[in-house]
Amino acid sequence: MQFLSLIARNRLAAAGGIVLVIVIALALISPLLPLPDPDVTDTANRFLLPGAEGHLLGTDHLGRDLAARLMDGTRLSLAVGFAAAFFAAFFGAAIGIIAGYFGGRTDNLIMRAVDMLMAFPYILLALAIVAALGPGLVNALIAVAAVNIPFFARNIRGVTVGLANKEFVDAARLAGLGHTRIILTEILPNVIPVIVIAMSTTIGWMILETAGLSFLGLGSQPPQADLGSMLGEARGALITNPHTSIVPGAMILVIVMGINLLGDGVRDALDPRLRSGALTRPMAATQVRRKGPVPASEDAEAVLELQGLQTQFHVKDRIYKAVGGVSIKVAPGECLGVIGESGSGKSVTALSVMGLVASPPGVITGGAARYKGEDLVGAPYDHLRRLRGDRVAYIFQDPLATLHPLYKVGDQLAEAILVHHKVGKAEARRRAVDLLKQVRIPNAQSRADSYPHEMSGGMRQRVGIAMALANDPDVIIADEPTTALDVTVQAQILSLLNDLRRERGLAIVFITHDFGVVAQLCDRVAVMYAGRIVETGPTEAVLDAPAHPYTARLIACVPELGGGRRRLEAIPGLPPAVDRLEPGCAFAPRCLKAQDACRQGEIPLEGPGAREVRCLYPETELKSEGVA
Amino acid sequence: MTGYILKRLLSAIPVLFGITVIVFLIMAMIPGDPALAILGAYATPENVEKINRDLGLDAPLVARYFIWLGNMLTGDFGTSFSLNRPVIDEVLDRFGATLLLAGTSFILCAILGIAAGVVSAARQYGWADKGITFAVLLGISIPSFFLGMMMILIFAVELRWFPVSGMRMAYGGGGFADVANHLVMPAIALAVVATGVVARLSRSAMLEVLRQDFIRTARAKGVGEGRVIWGHALRAAMVSIIPVLGIQAGFVLSGAVYIEMVFQWPGVGRMLVDAILKRDILLVQGGVVFVAACYVLFNIAVDVAQSLLDPRIKT
Repeated sequence: MQFLSLIARNRLAAAGGIVLVIVIALALISPLLPLPDPDVTDTANRFLLPGAEGHLLGTDHLGRDLAARLMDGTRLSLAVGFAAAFFAAFFGAAIGIIAGYFGGRTDNLIMRAVDMLMAFPYILLALAIVAALGPGLVNALIAVAAVNIPFFARNIRGVTVGLANKEFVDAARLAGLGHTRIILTEILPNVIPVIVIAMSTTIGWMILETAGLSFLGLGSQPPQADLGSMLGEARGALITNPHTSIVPGAMILVIVMGINLLGDGVRDALDPRLRSGALTRPMAATQVRRKGPVPASEDAEAVLELQGLQTQFHVKDRIYKAVGGVSIKVAPGECLGVIGESGSGKSVTALSVMGLVASPPGVITGGAARYKGEDLVGAPYDHLRRLRGDRVAYIFQDPLATLHPLYKVGDQLAEAILVHHKVGKAEARRRAVDLLKQVRIPNAQSRADSYPHEMSGGMRQRVGIAMALANDPDVIIADEPTTALDVTVQAQILSLLNDLRRERGLAIVFITHDFGVVAQLCDRVAVMYAGRIVETGPTEAVLDAPAHPYTARLIACVPELGGGRRRLEAIPGLPPAVDRLEPGCAFAPRCLKAQDACRQGEIPLEGPGAREVRCLYPETELKSEGVA
Repeated sequence: MTGYILKRLLSAIPVLFGITVIVFLIMAMIPGDPALAILGAYATPENVEKINRDLGLDAPLVARYFIWLGNMLTGDFGTSFSLNRPVIDEVLDRFGATLLLAGTSFILCAILGIAAGVVSAARQYGWADKGITFAVLLGISIPSFFLGMMMILIFAVELRWFPVSGMRMAYGGGGFADVANHLVMPAIALAVVATGVVARLSRSAMLEVLRQDFIRTARAKGVGEGRVIWGHALRAAMVSIIPVLGIQAGFVLSGAVYIEMVFQWPGVGRMLVDAILKRDILLVQGGVVFVAACYVLFNIAVDVAQSLLDPRIKT
């Protein structure tokens, strides 16, 4: 039922289905309609035009009624096409299930044969079969069905292989069921949707192919005529009497188009990946639909300043408030750590700055992101592009996925330079090699010609850092750059970043879920929870005496080497879903100290000096002389 | 690389072998006396005796296969009785014309299909995407032979832009301009379906790639959107588009049969259909084996192209 309603919702598929039903109904009831006999020739009235008296669509080269012949031919074409699809599906599925279920030698032998058959351009095989069996509609049907069997066999085999090792099949085997029983009761029901998809996408082809063989004179033989042979017979009079060709040709087009529309609908309805609408591509820059006023710049010193930034994901009728008003700032040479669990919105915050949040579904809905005082939210794409990688650069997590797999790393580095600087290729290459040396990659000259998959994880991450440094930016936003690495490599990368910061006066925003990393590298830290900052302040002060209960619990989760027998306390519960945030403190449901007041109204982020906390009952009272 | 090509060529040998077995088995399905079936209307007693001797038709099935295979390996595909000339000569004469037609169509479908797919993906849900999606649907639903006939009506009969047919030789005759003039309509008619399929698959391959992290990296570097789409994304998408092109080459080669009939193109496809109608079995057999073998070799070229494009494939 759900399946039918999905098809009905797809208007194109429904239209295709309706057209198809009408055509099939017409073809079926046509013997009952008051049409002339399709086989009666009347050479005196040949080539009558459509609309002639008694002949709705005119007559053909032998004076036979075209409308009657069209209905007859349609019935024949549909019957042959569906029959071919059925036989191809039946035998193909049988072969595929046997190969996939039994595996091993059987599978090998069958699939070799299938591969051989697929090595032919399909019509050559069909022609060879028709040549052997002789022209005729039944033989054409056999030929078309036969050449499509390998396609079904291969598809169904793939699905069956996946099923054959599932627990429920093993259970059936252990229960002592025979192979036939297992195939019919356990495998087949799971394979049928795949068969239906494969049929719905190939049946149009089958009708085209049988019509094609008939068109060539190898299918139905006179006086019997399907749509293909009607078209083939009419070809001789194409120039003098085009209507005799157009009538059957247009009918084939209508049928096949209807089937294809419906088939696409069936595929979309049965393929869950397409159903969820997952396949949308992100645009060049995140969409901006800003409500409310743009806040004015507050800090002229800051090189990067976020003010009440809000980013949401609009998925169907749900709104996920991934970033719910974040304000942070970084001065030149300063390193700010942004810490939080996965899903707390820290990465989305970082990506929002340069409009890199995937959109759709991402939308920036409020606040400002200022680079040297200039708001980048809603800035023209071209301006944004010129700043990206040049003034504000990113380092991403998992460099195997974030580096282009098919470009040499040297070329990827050179490209970062070339998009912002007018230099020659040789010069860009020289600088790229220099960058690789700076991030301490040995044999930089030859390493520049490596592909990402040829490097280790640590080396790839260094390439990622080199790429961020390519244009000597003012700000680097590093999104968990060391998470995928082992501890020694992580330490090297961190000290490398620290050196670069001191040498070049870089501002760094370092996103992580690791307090150890924050302690090592960051001057200040901001703790995020459910899309908002709950505590911020100088790293040492926050780590020594966390004020927000969440920060405290988060720190308690970190095991400490030689730290005695302190119990590691996991935080009970899960972070809230950001599409259904309750009023008040988002952490309240998991907080041991939560009072009724915590669940009401907006709780501000405030504090007397460098430290601020979003909590009514903080763990420690903040003093105004918070040491930086 | 040379080693990889050699390896692929060697792996083609069993496939070629399998092709000959399949064709042979299909032809062995012909009921009745094989000599009479092969000769058909030309079954004079002398011919029957000669063909029985040449092809070992009174020998058992397996022996017959190896005699036939041995003959082919020495370049002897038998004699066409309806044309009264060696099969291989006829096939080679015709193959050039088919290659010209199918090759042109293939290049057209690759370039237009990929371009349409990329534009469609880059403008997802926009007007260009909707227009292309509709055109693609129309393209893969229209029978190529019907399309060819309609093109003749419109562009040859009404507008008189191109000749109706009358291509005699794909090479020679009226020179390049004449050949090109004859080629335009059949090449387009043949390319339409494959273009639609390539466009569809390119679109989904591009959508898949555009969501990848390395595309975000390119954008974060400040690479312009044109270069992101036509460079970074397309380059990665080509890895899944190339195999589709290999399959489409088979469809183009297949569709050439219809188009050659519609436009009276002097290629292998028309030869095969004529041969079937005249029951010239040896000509069908030889033609099918020859074209299928060429297709297998073409697919090796596709694999090699793929390995050049994707450094992750071990060569």
